[in-house]
Amino acid sequence: MTRTAAERRIRNRALTIGVSVTPFGLSFGAVAVEAHLNLIQVCLLSLVLFSGASQFALVSIIGAGGSYFSAVGTALLLGVRNGLYGARINVLLRPSGWRRLVMAQVTIDESTAMAVSEAPSGHSARAFWSTALSVYVLWNVSTIIGALVGNALGSPATTGLDVAGPAAFIALLAPRLTTLRMRLVALGSGVIALVTVPVVPVGAPILIGGLTAVALLLVVDR
Amino acid sequence: MKLWLAVVVACAGCAALKLAGFVVPSRLLESHLARRTLEALPVTLLSALIAVSVFATGSHLTLDSRAAGLAVALVLVTMRAPFLVVVVAACATAAGVHAL
Repeated sequence: MTRTAAERRIRNRALTIGVSVTPFGLSFGAVAVEAHLNLIQVCLLSLVLFSGASQFALVSIIGAGGSYFSAVGTALLLGVRNGLYGARINVLLRPSGWRRLVMAQVTIDESTAMAVSEAPSGHSARAFWSTALSVYVLWNVSTIIGALVGNALGSPATTGLDVAGPAAFIALLAPRLTTLRMRLVALGSGVIALVTVPVVPVGAPILIGGLTAVALLLVVDR
Repeated sequence: MKLWLAVVVACAGCAALKLAGFVVPSRLLESHLARRTLEALPVTLLSALIAVSVFATGSHLTLDSRAAGLAVALVLVTMRAPFLVVVVAACATAAGVHAL
């Protein structure tokens, strides 16, 4: 009885999380096409890179006219956190062999959060795979739709899809901004990035703001 | 060609980073410095990305419909609204203000 209740709870939450990423996926597809990526490149990013923040950073910097170096660099630095999630999932679920490869590919914010939240109930593996499958399928489907019809609907500004990324990031950041210190660090990073916008190449302010704020935090912490 | 290279490098690099978590000995990630840096990095990069995607167009600082969308998202996140609500409300607000 309790087992099926847990299964139902996990299935519903996994589906809800999957549906939640679809506006962001639509936005990513539309922004990517606007940045002159072709459909194959857009799909490749969602199938292989499969990490919303990195994908969005990559195409929005390219679309704004930034260098490929800034675009790829920012995407990779944002991807570092998935490695940290991997270390946690590895301890929690102890995969082996080929499972480890598949698991690494779908270790992202959502699947990790669900696996960790279900750890006390002992259903971490089910939570991880359900969420991973739901988000993977719906993210890829919404990306393709965004790429195909996003532009038909008008520019991202007309549809408001130009703020889907930032809004998703705010929601993603919120759980990490529990201390005043972290809030100040986040704010500082944004301000530093904006101050440098008029004077450095497009795309660079994100790296400059992000890295300077981390450096400042480490200096203050010493 | 360069665009293809950027896409492929980003894909390969991010996939490698995901796998690294499963194979790198966890004690390497346990030093105080590494933990602080890796914890703060996504927060600062996402904040900078938000700021630039909302308040800049190319090399110019701008204040337009995107700011309204961001403000709504901030309020809703503070009220602990669900992710989907935050994103949809922000888009609708930005689209509405843009149409004015």
